[in-house]
Amino acid sequence: MALVLWGLFGVDMNVWLDAFLRLQLIVIVMTVTVMALIYVERKFVGRIQMRLGPMRTGPYGTLQSVADAVKLLTKEDLRPATADFWLFELAPYVTFVPVFMTLLALPFMEDWGVRDLQLGLFYIVAVSGVTVIGYIMAGWASDNKYALLGAVRSAAQLISYEIPLILAVLAVSMVAGSLNLNDIILQQDTIPNALLQPLPFLILLTATLAELSRRPFDIPIGESEVVGGPWVEYSGIRWSIIFALTEYAGLWGMAVLGSLVFLGGWEFPFGTSGFWGDFDFLYQMALVFAKSSFLILTMMLISATFPRLRIDQLMAFCWKILLPFGFLQIVINGIVLMYLDSEVTRDIALFATSGALLVAMAYVTYLATRQPSREARVAAMVAARSIQ
Amino acid sequence: MTNDPDLPAMTYDPELETIDLNINIGPQHPATHGVFRMVLVVDGERVEDLVPHIGYMHRGAEKLSEHMDYRQAIGYQDRTEYLAQFNAELCYVQAVEKLAGLVPPERAEYIRVILAELNRISSHFMFLGAFGTDLGVFGTSFTYAFRERENLLDLFEEVSGDRLMYAYFRPGGVAWDVPHNFVERVKWVCDQALIGAKDLDTLLTDNEIFIARTLNIGKLSIEDAIDFGASGPVLRACGLKFDLRRDEPYSIYDRFDFDIPVGSNGDSYDRYLVRLEEIRQSVRIVRQAIDQMPDGPILPEKLPRALRPAAGEVYMRCENPRGEYGIYLISRGSTQPYRLRIRSSSFCNLAALKHMTVGHYVADAVTILGSIDIVLCEVDR
Repeated sequence: MALVLWGLFGVDMNVWLDAFLRLQLIVIVMTVTVMALIYVERKFVGRIQMRLGPMRTGPYGTLQSVADAVKLLTKEDLRPATADFWLFELAPYVTFVPVFMTLLALPFMEDWGVRDLQLGLFYIVAVSGVTVIGYIMAGWASDNKYALLGAVRSAAQLISYEIPLILAVLAVSMVAGSLNLNDIILQQDTIPNALLQPLPFLILLTATLAELSRRPFDIPIGESEVVGGPWVEYSGIRWSIIFALTEYAGLWGMAVLGSLVFLGGWEFPFGTSGFWGDFDFLYQMALVFAKSSFLILTMMLISATFPRLRIDQLMAFCWKILLPFGFLQIVINGIVLMYLDSEVTRDIALFATSGALLVAMAYVTYLATRQPSREARVAAMVAARSIQ
Repeated sequence: MTNDPDLPAMTYDPELETIDLNINIGPQHPATHGVFRMVLVVDGERVEDLVPHIGYMHRGAEKLSEHMDYRQAIGYQDRTEYLAQFNAELCYVQAVEKLAGLVPPERAEYIRVILAELNRISSHFMFLGAFGTDLGVFGTSFTYAFRERENLLDLFEEVSGDRLMYAYFRPGGVAWDVPHNFVERVKWVCDQALIGAKDLDTLLTDNEIFIARTLNIGKLSIEDAIDFGASGPVLRACGLKFDLRRDEPYSIYDRFDFDIPVGSNGDSYDRYLVRLEEIRQSVRIVRQAIDQMPDGPILPEKLPRALRPAAGEVYMRCENPRGEYGIYLISRGSTQPYRLRIRSSSFCNLAALKHMTVGHYVADAVTILGSIDIVLCEVDR
């Protein structure tokens, strides 16, 4: 917090020292967040499943993440004898570093991120696309067929869903007229982008689940099929880097990105001016926290209740539905922004077109995946009831 | 095509040759039930061939039973069919009764039927939970199903003294009478089972992804199902209304009014639906039985200390949760069976696995294996 205050009070600092301290802060916050998220997910999913979740370690199991971390860090770090040494050892870092790098460009508060990049959005989608290389490295190097199958699946899935993700944020950046995250947030002081662009918001949520390999899109690491996919041979600290850090830091990063880009971040309901003067950052922090928590809990709820899709269904959904509608959205956005000058009509047109596209996408999805009605599906059984 | 002069000559590049990948699933794999092992030959994600390997759980239950008293062998039925123990015991003790000419008293018959039907419910709950997990539901269906299964196991423990290995039925009746609050407990458990079935119905039946993953996956025609010797829900899902409780009523099943759910498609979805509906039908049977249950003895008046059935042989088959469970028993007049042979329903249903799986994706192989609902101890015996 001291750093934030320095920044607010205009204390001049060596630019390298400043960067270093900000980096340290983000590492600490990330680690704590990851541990908290693991606990939250275990408790939240536990409640959904009528369980208590962890209860033994500490009050209400709050120290469970610490216990897990200690256990994982002290565990033997195994490497299969036939594994490719360098690829195997490096794969977790190749997976984790891009996820960490996306955190560097996120403005968590007004004028406070590790770095305020002019092309922040571009940077984030570019960097997060590197993660898949780590998956493929791990899958190839493990010399394990499940890992190989998982790696091939992840290559297909992560690269495919990268494109709808990019289209979704591109649509928003068109509306905002900027790729700078701060500008995008500042522009949402009255209406959040989720209202102006509901379709990209939905695409982003879906693509995020797929990018993070979370259920129902956990095809690359599907427990009941490929037993953890590329990570099947990993254990101890390397596994904790993948599982704990990459997965949950990615979840956090994407949720914060979604809350900044679509839900108005720290700007939306109260505006930047604030009531608390120098301590505005407190409510800004609380806003981002609340919005990203909402997104995270939504994703956890989806994860806990849906079965896994099959790889062909997943790919068909991406290429046949998300992608065409993402492109359509961009074309329509271009036309709207080109020909409508008044801000009010522009906003109404954006909302109307995106909403209409959302309805159209829902309808196309419904048509494409239409199944027999419940009556038709259970008809034979209902008939069986009447015959004695 | 290669000789077409307008096209460049096709070159064979050995480096680009694709080869099929053999993937071994099991015996230690989260998706295999028990220690079943299957080797999938996959072309990309598509399954081209499947080789099942069984025998990891073979413990020689049949041979061991030949060196035991007729009553001692009851325990091996529990260990063979460890998800529907009462049903397996019922089949065995009925075979012995047939051989020895014992007639169990009315009350014992009712207790047996009630417990066997409750056991069918608990077995189907186990299936519903595990099937959801196979499909990738993160344990939610599992905990929903296990809440109900726990109620049932608690009741079984109260009755028999054990949660899994009951050994409660005896040739001629049951080991001891049920607890005094049995009727109320059974009624309560039935209500709970219906609630649990409704919860799982809500969670899975109309879930788009669940339908997409199971509908038309692992289809089996009636003819193929009969050829493979499939029985139980796997057969009924194909549309054939064959249930030994109705077609060859054993014990006192002819006194109850119940329906036999059948599917129309023979796919994984129908197998799931049939089992879900069977839970409700079993509750129906149990409710009728608990109302009709008379007081009285639970063992015949004259029961010999050592069973020595006259020389002969008998085949008894029962409708177990997984299908037709048969006991073939030969007696040479001693206190031990000369030969005991178990007709395993899971084994025959499993025979259709390859037929159902080839052509589907790897993920579907797991679905189909789950939808057969095998108990590997019963397969290997």
